[in-house]
Amino acid sequence: MTTEAAPHTARRVTADDGTRAPAAVVRSGRSPAKGPRRPRPSRGDLAFTPGQRAKSVLKHAALIAAAIVMIYPLLWMIVSSFRPSDDVFRAPGLWLTQAHPENYANGWNALTSPFATYLLNSTIVVLGAVVGNLVSCSMAAYAFARLNFWGKKWMFAAMLVTIMLPIHVVIVPQYILFSQLGWINTFAPLIVPKFLATDAFFTFLMVQFIRGIPRELDEAARIDGAGHPRIFLRVILPLMTPALATTTIFTFIWTWSDFFSQLIYLTSPDVFTVPVALRAFVDAQSSTDWGAMFAMSVVSLLPVFIAFLIGQKFLIKGIATTGIK
Amino acid sequence: MSALAELGTLGKKKGGRGNDAGATAGGAAPKGPRATASKKDNRAAFVFLAPWIVGLVCITIGPMVMSLYLSFTDYNLIQDPNFIGLDNFTRMFGDGRFWNSLGVTLTYVIVGVPLQLGLALAVAMALDKGLKGLAFYRSVFYLPSLLGSSVAVAILWKQMFGTSGLVNQLLAMVGIHGPGWISDPSTALGSIILLHVWTFGSPMIIFLAGLRQIPTMYYEAAAVDGAGRATRFLKITLPLLSPIIFFNLVLQIIGAFQSFTQAFIVSGGTGGPSDSTMFFTLYLYQRGFGQFDMGYASAMAWVLLIIVGAFTAINFYASKFWVFYDD
Repeated sequence: MTTEAAPHTARRVTADDGTRAPAAVVRSGRSPAKGPRRPRPSRGDLAFTPGQRAKSVLKHAALIAAAIVMIYPLLWMIVSSFRPSDDVFRAPGLWLTQAHPENYANGWNALTSPFATYLLNSTIVVLGAVVGNLVSCSMAAYAFARLNFWGKKWMFAAMLVTIMLPIHVVIVPQYILFSQLGWINTFAPLIVPKFLATDAFFTFLMVQFIRGIPRELDEAARIDGAGHPRIFLRVILPLMTPALATTTIFTFIWTWSDFFSQLIYLTSPDVFTVPVALRAFVDAQSSTDWGAMFAMSVVSLLPVFIAFLIGQKFLIKGIATTGIK
Repeated sequence: MSALAELGTLGKKKGGRGNDAGATAGGAAPKGPRATASKKDNRAAFVFLAPWIVGLVCITIGPMVMSLYLSFTDYNLIQDPNFIGLDNFTRMFGDGRFWNSLGVTLTYVIVGVPLQLGLALAVAMALDKGLKGLAFYRSVFYLPSLLGSSVAVAILWKQMFGTSGLVNQLLAMVGIHGPGWISDPSTALGSIILLHVWTFGSPMIIFLAGLRQIPTMYYEAAAVDGAGRATRFLKITLPLLSPIIFFNLVLQIIGAFQSFTQAFIVSGGTGGPSDSTMFFTLYLYQRGFGQFDMGYASAMAWVLLIIVGAFTAINFYASKFWVFYDD
């Protein structure tokens, strides 16, 4: 459950510019899907004795300091992306004396193709992965949560174990397999596995969710003559929206930032995704044009940040429910 | 129920409730005389599980068996593999860089994970219910863990911990002349561990959810009995949170063993300076995809699997002594 911070929290923050920006995170942290809000038990400040009051002020001071330390590098990177490269090594503060947006143009055109190409490639990979996970994981989850079948127990155990399997154990033969198929330098190795429910984490997340849907709904549909495909599509799937949203956002963020497999499968510049392009940029630059590199790094983080703003509720719910009962 | 708890109870639990008699997919005729409540949905299950089964066989189990085979060969992607017995493993155990990379990764796991989890728990405890601005703090602490594995943040880290990077600029303001963090073998790994600690947000969220589940009446009762803060933490919070600490510990250890991006970007793919950031996965990548020594890389992958498996097994075994399940 997300509760918005009271608007005045943002104002209580010290008047340092650096702490203002994240306040936006809070204000827009509401997702469009508004569930019923449970009232928050809040003790009014009036109930405090002076001693408790001092304690609470101290605590907030400590938390705000911690928040600044946590977020400062990111803010500094954003500000530095608008500075001339020489300034990046001279200005530890967040004050921008002269804007230098040329960094964005320079970074955008620094590699063989304009950066838009890599953004587009990443978008294709991410969309494929999202659709793949939604389709295959929800089907598998329905079977594990609602059907009785031969070998269910050990299959379920196998699914859980694959959550914990290091990718490196299978990456070499996978690479060989995909190169035999002629899939190197295409997006297929990054998308096809997602259509085969290889992201077991999401299958598990959906199993958890379906278990919470009352079985009476299935029974009612069955009495009306619906078979499993129809129950799945018409009853379970519509009720699974929160789990599907969580899966969508996590798949989006993880695939967008995933580096290892994209580095291995994509070697020609025209199919580079954003992380691989950034790495090529760093190598080509040999660390000179930091302003432009920061500019493109900011561009690459923007989609993740937007996903975080839109879907914070689902992210937090998703993480919390897989970790606890 | 967390994934780990599920695994732990698989042996003891009965499967899901039987489905009532009725529709099998495609209206198939029920097999056998007993088309009753205990009838299985084998056919429907097969349809729903088809993608997952293909994935398990072709993308996971098949390649695993294949990489086990390859680890006994000299496969180099070009020529056919020749069986060379335990050669890869003997070479590996005589390879100083292999042992070094194992040491780097173990240091990263053993130092980074406890620091990260300790911080996650401490911050989660500080964010108690009803705290003003809770959502704001939670967002700020959580965001880095979403960005932490990206190339962009690794680039930022590379600058921050460079000789004239942000950290040293800030230190210079208070008159300290900082070292070149990532160009000095004694501090380079520490800088990357710090990046791992910075991503304490996601275990923090799990701790927050766990703390919310502890009934307040326990604390009230303890307070009535005159228990101090430390006692309440040790006797109530820790035992009731232990399954969640365990869950976080297992997952974070498995994740930390696989860290790659940060070291790869910060060291420019070299694992330097002088192999001080040569993670196990980075060395595996160099051998397999740099030198195409696929046999050796496969052997390394299996060593990694065995080590991660051993860590997890030890974790599960040790959990009997400190994890408290109240159900």
